[in-house]
Amino acid sequence: MTQSVVVQVGQCGNQVGRRFWDLALREHAAVNQKGIYDEALSSFFRNVDTRSGGDGPGIHKGKICSLKARAVLIDMEEGVVNEILQGPLRDVFDSKQLITDVSGSGNNWAVGHKLYGCQYRENIVEMLRKTVEYCDCLQCFFIIHSMGGGTGSGLGTFVLNLLEDEFPEVYRFVTSVFPSGEDDVITSPYNTVLAMKELNEHADCVLPIENESLFEIVNKIHQMISSGKLGSTVKQNSLVTSSAGVAKTGREKPFDTMNNIVANLLLNLTSSARFEGSLNMDLNEISMNLVPFPRLHYLVSSLTPLYTLADVNVPSRKLDQMFSDAFSRDHQLIQADPKHSLYLACALLVRGNVQVSDLRRNIERLKPSLHFVSWNQEGWKTALCSVPPVGHSHSLLALSNNTCVKPTFIELRERFMKLYRKKAHLHHYLHIDGMEQSCFSEAMLSLSNLIEEYHELDVTNGGPRTDPSRLKIAV
Amino acid sequence: MSVVTVQLGQCGNQIGHEVFHAVCSDVRGTHGLCSKKENESYHEACKERFFCEEESEVPVARAVLIDMEPKVISQTLSTAARSGHWKYDEQSHFCQKQGSGNNWASGYSVHGPRHKEAIMNLMQREAEKCDRLGGFFTIMSMAGGTGSGLGAFVTQCLRDAFPTSFLLNHVIWPYSTGEVIVQNYNSVLTLSHLYQSSDALLVHENDAIHKICAQLMGIKQISFRDVNQVIAHQLGSVFQPAYVAKGSSQYSRNPLGDLMETLVPHPEFKMLGLRNIPQMPENSLAYSTFNWPGLIKHLRQMLIANAKMEEGINWQVRPPRPGSCTSSHSTNKPLHFNTSIANLVILRGKDVHGVDLGNFRDPSLYTSWLNPQDAFNAWKTPRAFNKYEKSAALVSNSQFLLKPLDDVVGKAWNMFASKAYIHQYTKFGIEEEDFLDSFTALEQVISSYTNL
Repeated sequence: MTQSVVVQVGQCGNQVGRRFWDLALREHAAVNQKGIYDEALSSFFRNVDTRSGGDGPGIHKGKICSLKARAVLIDMEEGVVNEILQGPLRDVFDSKQLITDVSGSGNNWAVGHKLYGCQYRENIVEMLRKTVEYCDCLQCFFIIHSMGGGTGSGLGTFVLNLLEDEFPEVYRFVTSVFPSGEDDVITSPYNTVLAMKELNEHADCVLPIENESLFEIVNKIHQMISSGKLGSTVKQNSLVTSSAGVAKTGREKPFDTMNNIVANLLLNLTSSARFEGSLNMDLNEISMNLVPFPRLHYLVSSLTPLYTLADVNVPSRKLDQMFSDAFSRDHQLIQADPKHSLYLACALLVRGNVQVSDLRRNIERLKPSLHFVSWNQEGWKTALCSVPPVGHSHSLLALSNNTCVKPTFIELRERFMKLYRKKAHLHHYLHIDGMEQSCFSEAMLSLSNLIEEYHELDVTNGGPRTDPSRLKIAV
Repeated sequence: MSVVTVQLGQCGNQIGHEVFHAVCSDVRGTHGLCSKKENESYHEACKERFFCEEESEVPVARAVLIDMEPKVISQTLSTAARSGHWKYDEQSHFCQKQGSGNNWASGYSVHGPRHKEAIMNLMQREAEKCDRLGGFFTIMSMAGGTGSGLGAFVTQCLRDAFPTSFLLNHVIWPYSTGEVIVQNYNSVLTLSHLYQSSDALLVHENDAIHKICAQLMGIKQISFRDVNQVIAHQLGSVFQPAYVAKGSSQYSRNPLGDLMETLVPHPEFKMLGLRNIPQMPENSLAYSTFNWPGLIKHLRQMLIANAKMEEGINWQVRPPRPGSCTSSHSTNKPLHFNTSIANLVILRGKDVHGVDLGNFRDPSLYTSWLNPQDAFNAWKTPRAFNKYEKSAALVSNSQFLLKPLDDVVGKAWNMFASKAYIHQYTKFGIEEEDFLDSFTALEQVISSYTNL
């Protein structure tokens, strides 16, 4: 089995990361009854003997001694990382896995990317090398960061570049939290567009997330639970809303609930690679199936169900509802509506007690209402993993490569232009070494080209379909 | 003679396991409806074919398990061992840590050459365990990366290393509404390559088997295990010991050779379809009775009308009258009547010897360039199979797979025209020319079958 390394950069990246590791431990604890260090655990954790100080190759078989996350934590201010190290997860990380500074990046992409990038390059490479050495077959890097700030956005994309240079064979999956329209960071459009250029060029797959969507989802769940509409079939604590994983904190922190959703996304994404099932989907299959053209690698995700059902034997009606929800606007993790745009490809990863006939029945049912591109009319990638998430009997993760990201990107470009036209705040960026006006124009161009590619698909595939003529054989 | 089964990828390993399980439980059962001596004879023949006896009393399957990631193989090995009735040789497997990512090119051009030596060593080892090697039976799916890509490479290597052995590929056709997005590319590349090295391709379509599970077996929530068990039953009905010659007193010892001889007279025509009736839930078997004339009539109509199962057969389709023009040059014309090159009917169970199969010898069923006497064969075995009092299987080299093949090539061509996903293949050394070669090869096959 392969391993994955998580690189969490910036405040957002580290907060989401913290939720991820907490939930990952809980998930493996639920599955791994005997306390033996198995292949599934090794995909994200090392097993070390604490007596040797956490160094050394680690123990590959036998009982679990001490688990260490395969993670690198980077932040240019200390608050979040320190909290992690003082909290209940402190034993899962060690000081050799983090890079921190004190002053932060001031919400400035250039500071994160050019200044700190340059300064910490050697350290970061060294740390990554060490982490990679502990893996006997590394398949994937997961980068978690936000786009709107300075560290996650700037230094995060610097690390992305670095990963491509140093470890070109390893996949780079990036989970990017995009700022919402009313973001309180004024320069977030600059940071986001500058970061997007890097994502366009160096990431294998990007999972964009918008805070607005997470917020709406969390609200909906709270409403449903408190209104009591769901009656006795819904448990109060759902996987999504309860932050009580291994770490039992007293109060829920403000973004914790939203971060749980993102953490679950990553867990579900990797579940079929870690656990058994009748139709497995490894991480390299995600990129293979969902990225038809190298630059169109933005995948819209949705997770269902969002609250736990108490029933163990779920009637197929409820199961079918889960599939329908996956395609509805309010379950998407960005503000987009894939159902009314064009699908390039779609993947369905089901966990739990769901069989191939349920999957096929729902694909047949939903297909007529979805628009697929002409050359990929049956563009479905399916996977069945037998192990459900903790507290659920089944779950579904849908990943779509869909032109519905186009409006999101167009809006982003508009917000960028609003500032750029007036040259607002540009001086903060330009006085950083290595930063020039061309960086901005190039980033804008990259974004525009991307929008154009999606637009081209929308335009050419909306119309009637004419199949290309086949090769003719002389009889 | 013994057959070495090669299980490739997740699909190949899952199905392979069900096949050995079905074969083993059939042999152990007491429902053979024949004498004890006959049963013992059957048991011996089956054992020689599929298992080898080691020091432990549990028979060891003659199989090589190959996958590029470890989860499925470890599950397969342990499930078999747990049964207590048979097991795999713990050393006869090869796996890596990272799969092929549904990428044919990765399976064929990267994993294949890299692991050729290790894999072929395993093959050699299994082959040497056989007193006499009867050939290789490989099981793979076309849709993924390992079964398809690595499978095509391994088939080529087997052909090179064992030039005189029979090589039969069991290929699983994926659901047409998609299991893997690039399944059509993978399928086209697989089929075109297999056609060069393999002796014959025996095909099962997931869609067809799924319908059998739903409508004939009455299974509500169908799992892949259900699908695989139906496939295993169908394969068992072909490969379990049979009497191939009239009046012979010994079970045939060359299952693959017999099959090839009867069904593949010409290297251009290698696509074999399989039908098996009756098919029903096990607990209904006790309450059902069958008669041979009924079964034969249904089976013949399934052949003529290209029905995939015993329900919904189109009885309107009739063989063309002799002398009338039946050729259909364009693939757009609906293909109602299924023309055959060669057919093999395998009957197992009570009163087989009296069964009249004259209708299968009707020359109008067959293409004109083969003598109908050579085109049809029947194997009749009194020992019943897998609790079915009477069981009839049809292995057919006919236009059965023409439409599915045409569909897959069409969809793949459509995608190829837009160049979607091609960069994923060129990354590992499969270029556009390779795709074009594959398309050309398959259009040739389609054309040949169309013009029967």
